[in-house]
Amino acid sequence: MAGERRLDIEDVGDVTVARFIDKKILDENNIQKIGNQLFGLIDEDARRKIVLDFSNVEYLSSAALGKLITLNNKMKKAKGKLRLCGIRPDIYEVFAITKLNTVFDIYDDRDQALTGF
Amino acid sequence: MATPERFRETIPSDLQEAERVQERIISLLETMEFGARDVFGMRLALEEAIVNAIKHGNGMDPSKSVEILCEIGDERALVVITDEGPGFDPKDIPDPTDDDNLEKPGGRGIMLMKAFMTRVEYNERGNTVTLEKLRENGEESED
Repeated sequence: MAGERRLDIEDVGDVTVARFIDKKILDENNIQKIGNQLFGLIDEDARRKIVLDFSNVEYLSSAALGKLITLNNKMKKAKGKLRLCGIRPDIYEVFAITKLNTVFDIYDDRDQALTGF
Repeated sequence: MATPERFRETIPSDLQEAERVQERIISLLETMEFGARDVFGMRLALEEAIVNAIKHGNGMDPSKSVEILCEIGDERALVVITDEGPGFDPKDIPDPTDDDNLEKPGGRGIMLMKAFMTRVEYNERGNTVTLEKLRENGEESED
């Protein structure tokens, strides 16, 4: 896959935990790279349980939200599951305002997200 | 009361230039001791507004530019962003929180700007957006 790595990937049993490296997920270029890496987990590596860990993330744009929605839709089509965790209050507000907290499966932290997955 | 800090910049339709101006405005807010929440909201709104101007307004056309006017004082931060596009009517943007739109990837930028700014206003043509953030009382947030 082309492009530099924007996520730390770790396998915990049959679950893939992908942790954002960047503090800011804002610009198009960066979001494109993140999207490619995440889509690759589903399309190429056939992962069907993914936890996205946001604990490093301080800023997020609507373009990033768009990419997450596309990822979620893709995962649903593949009959897999996506969970989000480690979202700080400022960022959670962004999800709440846009009602995306009702679309995504959100957990407080990584351990909770892994429990019963 | 201190004199407000003011500047005007015209940048090409280039996302890196957009980021440079954003950083200039954010560091000015930090110098003027705006709270973390104000800074968070302004960064988010600036990102959405300038990217909209470059992508949707100017259609990424490198021959078109974006003008950014910034004024930051004790009470408020004001940023006015103008592109060279034909403009649009914000009322034409569908509500991204409608059930039918909730799982569509686009259309959330304006909603976020409005949520985090005190005032978001478009001119009649729809190619200039004004972002205003009044300084929030109590700079220490609870978290």
